[in-house]
Amino acid sequence: MFIDSAELKIKGPDKKTEALYQKKFRLNEFIFENIIRSVSFVSFAVIILIFVFVFREAVPIFISSEKNNIKKEEVKMETYGDDSQTSQNTSLQQAPSKSVEDASSNDKATIKNLAGKVWQPVSEEPKYGLLPLFMGSFKVTLLAILFGGPIAVLAALFTATLAPKKLKEYIKPVIELLAGFPSVVIGFFALIAIASAMQSVFGYQYRLNAFVGAIALSLAVIPIIYTVADDALTSIPKHLTEASLALGATKWQTSLFVILPAATPGIFAAFLLGLGRAFGETMIVLMATGNASMLSFGIFEPVRTMSATIGAEMAEVVFGDTHYNVLFLIGSILFIFTFVLNAVAEFWVRNRLIKKFRGA
Amino acid sequence: MKRKIFGSLVYGITSMAVIIIVALTIAILADIIKGGGHMLSWEFFTSVPKEGMTKGGIFPAIIGTVILVIIMSIAGVPIGVITAIYLNEYAKQGALFTKLIRFAVNTLAGVPSIVFGLFGLGFFIQFVGRGMDMAFQNTGNIKWGQPNILWASMTMALLTLPVVIVSVEEALKTVPREIREASLALGATKWETIWKIVLPDSMTGIMTGVILAIGRGAGEVAPILFTGAAYFLPQLPHSLSDQFMNLGYHIYIMSTQSTNVESTISIQYATVLVLLLVTFVLNLSAILLRYKLRSK
Repeated sequence: MFIDSAELKIKGPDKKTEALYQKKFRLNEFIFENIIRSVSFVSFAVIILIFVFVFREAVPIFISSEKNNIKKEEVKMETYGDDSQTSQNTSLQQAPSKSVEDASSNDKATIKNLAGKVWQPVSEEPKYGLLPLFMGSFKVTLLAILFGGPIAVLAALFTATLAPKKLKEYIKPVIELLAGFPSVVIGFFALIAIASAMQSVFGYQYRLNAFVGAIALSLAVIPIIYTVADDALTSIPKHLTEASLALGATKWQTSLFVILPAATPGIFAAFLLGLGRAFGETMIVLMATGNASMLSFGIFEPVRTMSATIGAEMAEVVFGDTHYNVLFLIGSILFIFTFVLNAVAEFWVRNRLIKKFRGA
Repeated sequence: MKRKIFGSLVYGITSMAVIIIVALTIAILADIIKGGGHMLSWEFFTSVPKEGMTKGGIFPAIIGTVILVIIMSIAGVPIGVITAIYLNEYAKQGALFTKLIRFAVNTLAGVPSIVFGLFGLGFFIQFVGRGMDMAFQNTGNIKWGQPNILWASMTMALLTLPVVIVSVEEALKTVPREIREASLALGATKWETIWKIVLPDSMTGIMTGVILAIGRGAGEVAPILFTGAAYFLPQLPHSLSDQFMNLGYHIYIMSTQSTNVESTISIQYATVLVLLLVTFVLNLSAILLRYKLRSK
């Protein structure tokens, strides 16, 4: 049908032509699209729910309630038997004059209590000092990154820039295989094999300690750092490599002085992601670090990390108890920490990468 | 000359790193196969643990794990596939809603598994479960408000959601634009195109996602530590409100909590070997499927 445009301007299109131009409204399509849209909202809703429900259980720590006091008295009745012993112990550790009433009111995890140096949640006078747990987590995580990070990055440098293509096709599946090991398997291997082997090499006192845990944890972290670093190294624009080679640089000079510096933001991101994974990892540290909450700097001492504390104690705790709330508080801290690490790795580093290549 | 030495040093150190990783992987595999290989028998797979776990097999743990991943897939895969369809087919790139969903998927992938466990406890058991108990029965006894296989599977479904979304989206991206346009040009609507053209064409990718998710779900222990896994159960779970045994949890308990670790060491090794074989076969088939997808 031929419509004169001049005529259209004056009269406007009649109903028939307007219908031709317009997208037809179909009820089916509308319904499907909206169902799909609402279902895809689930992942966002889950994030919100995790925020709300993990934090919700942690909040009562900061609000002193009557409920807690009553609970504590019940608990005290039950542990009547070894009362004298524990009070003796605590009086030895604590400042001299401290009445029993004072202790029961102190039982609510106040900020002061949380900042303490002793984690001793199951006792007459529970102590919820998070410091040793922080210390444990950071010690194991940093050691794991220290062991695993350089190895992973060097391996990525080799496969991405130096190795022949064919060799890479053999190495990648092996690392994917390592990435597929369930963490409980790595934990088991550390507990049974690595711990004994390392003890016979270094001859330290405790079989399970931060060092063993960190080695095991680095096995879990290596595939992540390797994969992200490999991605960063291979996505360096071809013209940089070619320019370097054309100027007479050898393959290894190009890889070390051109490709590696260009990929630094990506490798930094790889480290951050590895850090996040190591910090949140539970089963490996639960099985291989010895789980004693000590505040020390020695790497051959047993440690108790934050994640392992949740894993070990949550099953035995009374719902709604202060201990229960404190464990949720630790969970919230873990969540926030990994959240921030991932966000930094995601946004900041990506922007840096883009800027770098646009500017160059 | 100096340069040459430095060059071979670079080659030497970097290839050494690769050798360390490969050697460690092979060492773990060899140790576990050596420790548990001789225990694998038909009887080990089909009998229940006996005499305080020092004898017998791991049948209930295998079945528990299978049920867990089945319920997990039923709950999680449809949501994952639909989210991937939305992100790839409907979402306007750059719109706020799309950004929110992408951000959520990325964040979800980074949440530590133990936090999922806490969430399962706080949300599914304490909130949903207790709520269901209060709504459906007035007797006061707890049926849903305690750890069970349903809540463990739900928690695991959320954990594996990003795995499904990412690999299905990757599969949807491989469907050529021309095919979609041909379908639309022939008068098919958008939904018809997705349902009849895009989805069948990306079936391999969807399978990859499901397999990867199952592999992840079969191996994770932290989320089910306090949402449903049990140390020992004489019978298999026969309803959704029962607790269950699980391969990974079984390994954890046997190697850390049992009093006679030495006497069960070969059973432990064999259990680890089984778990490793399961995840290995699943991951391998996912890799092969993905390879097929890419070569297409």
